[in-house]
Amino acid sequence: MTIALSREATTRHTRRHLLSSADLDRAQVREILDTAAEMHGVQQREVKKLPTLRGRTVVNLFFEDSTRTRSSFEIAGKWLSADVINISGKGSSTSKGESLRDTVLTVAAMGVDALVIRHHASGAAQQVSQWVDAHVVNAGDGTHEHPTQALLDAYTMERRLGDLEGRHVAIVGDLTHSRVVRSNLITLRTLGVRVTLVAPPTLMPSGIGPWAAAEGFALSNDFDAVLPTVDAVMMLRVQRERMSGGFFPTPREYTVGYGLTRPRLDVLMAANPDAVICHPGPMNRGLEISPDAADAAASLVLDQVSAGVAVRMSVLYHLLAGGEGEDS
Amino acid sequence: MRPQGIGRYSGQRSTSFNDLSCEAGKEVLTPVRPDSAVPVPVDASPAPGAPTPSPSRTVLSASDISRALRRVAHEILEHNKGGTDLVILGIPSRGVVLAQRLAAVMESVEGKPVPVGALDVTMHRDDLRRQPTRSPRHTDIPGGGIDDKVVVLVDDVLYSGRTVRAALDALSDLGRPRAVRLAVLVDRGHRELPIRADHVGKNLPTSSAERVSVRLSEHDGVEDQVTIAGGESR
Repeated sequence: MTIALSREATTRHTRRHLLSSADLDRAQVREILDTAAEMHGVQQREVKKLPTLRGRTVVNLFFEDSTRTRSSFEIAGKWLSADVINISGKGSSTSKGESLRDTVLTVAAMGVDALVIRHHASGAAQQVSQWVDAHVVNAGDGTHEHPTQALLDAYTMERRLGDLEGRHVAIVGDLTHSRVVRSNLITLRTLGVRVTLVAPPTLMPSGIGPWAAAEGFALSNDFDAVLPTVDAVMMLRVQRERMSGGFFPTPREYTVGYGLTRPRLDVLMAANPDAVICHPGPMNRGLEISPDAADAAASLVLDQVSAGVAVRMSVLYHLLAGGEGEDS
Repeated sequence: MRPQGIGRYSGQRSTSFNDLSCEAGKEVLTPVRPDSAVPVPVDASPAPGAPTPSPSRTVLSASDISRALRRVAHEILEHNKGGTDLVILGIPSRGVVLAQRLAAVMESVEGKPVPVGALDVTMHRDDLRRQPTRSPRHTDIPGGGIDDKVVVLVDDVLYSGRTVRAALDALSDLGRPRAVRLAVLVDRGHRELPIRADHVGKNLPTSSAERVSVRLSEHDGVEDQVTIAGGESR
């Protein structure tokens, strides 16, 4: 493994946070995934607690609904012995009209060590990281990024498929509104994975062509052509709450064109019996993924959830365990 | 500029990987190369920026190490009245190699395999906050577990005792051994905790300014040896 970082290029500020998947180079992704594997071992134990982050406080600041991300960050923090506090947008002073900045500064003033933030505005985590001293972890900002999801997806696929380098992964669905897709794309490319993004033309982000050409990933509107060539297919959720723009005529039509249906599952399994299916959840069964596919042996959906805790333990560990400013 | 999120360790890690010191990457109070990222404690020379030119001397050769390990293996078996219920756990990284060697000797003596594994102590260290983040290493507990077993912890160098303290904590999360013993290749003194080894390959009185390096062929790709470098000549 080469550690190719130049320390000169490293400023203390950017190293303290996980805001974007682009923050991580290959060695760092490797490091996080390897640590996650050790954390996964802890999950199998009777006593799941490690003393490592004792005395540290992690605040989950969630301005959007989330079950798995918030709870897995909470469990991850608790298993590392950090004190974890959850604050949700609903029911907090935000609903009384307080600004994001004031909420964040208020929380930070209580002396927290890490802020895990989800917000509906793209770039919220980046913005927050400039306001506070605490470590900031982006747990999803608008349609921008969700780096820990990408890490846990890579981790889950790697456990099943082995080394991901040179493998082919298709990410299928609502590319325009998904924050998972950008982070996954970056992390998978960092790991040397071949990526094809598949979506109906209406959900293909405008201006993605030059990025694809520069980054070396492929775009397709034809799921059936891509399907037999992949090692993993990652289905994205059709976000009904963002579906007011007439992106496709009917849900049925979407399913026929881009859903992982039973016939497509058979095609995939026939072409590559070892292929795996991922979905970041929550799933719309019968829309983008059929129950057959969701519950197939190839489906990693529940493995992704369990990996989520291990990966987030790893992320919290790498952000919080070391000393402050020891490397300056 | 390359943005860096969780990267604080990455620059420094290479230092401890390449550093062949047995203690680098384990004991924070070990005097280390001045250019290393691991903090040097106040009482330990050399001062940063003043490299130690003194040559290293070999204190244990490959055959010395082999003899010491064989004796330690026999001591453990004798003390335990055989290989029953023994579990040998090495502390990464070189402790694991030594544990495997000890287990191999015991197997040749007893005629049956002795369970051997690895116990990572990173997450239980008390000095995590005083240095760059390091990644945990692999913990591998043999299938039979450690409950009601006699666990022999194996490490290459016993120095401050803090690694062993962390190992005892890590063990208690994994089960309840009937007894825990400690075997080390080198005991160099300077304990900071009330910890003592049950089986010692070689007692090596050192000054705290000196650096003890253990090299093992499986781990380092060079001939086995223990060397001392640095410090004032005593």
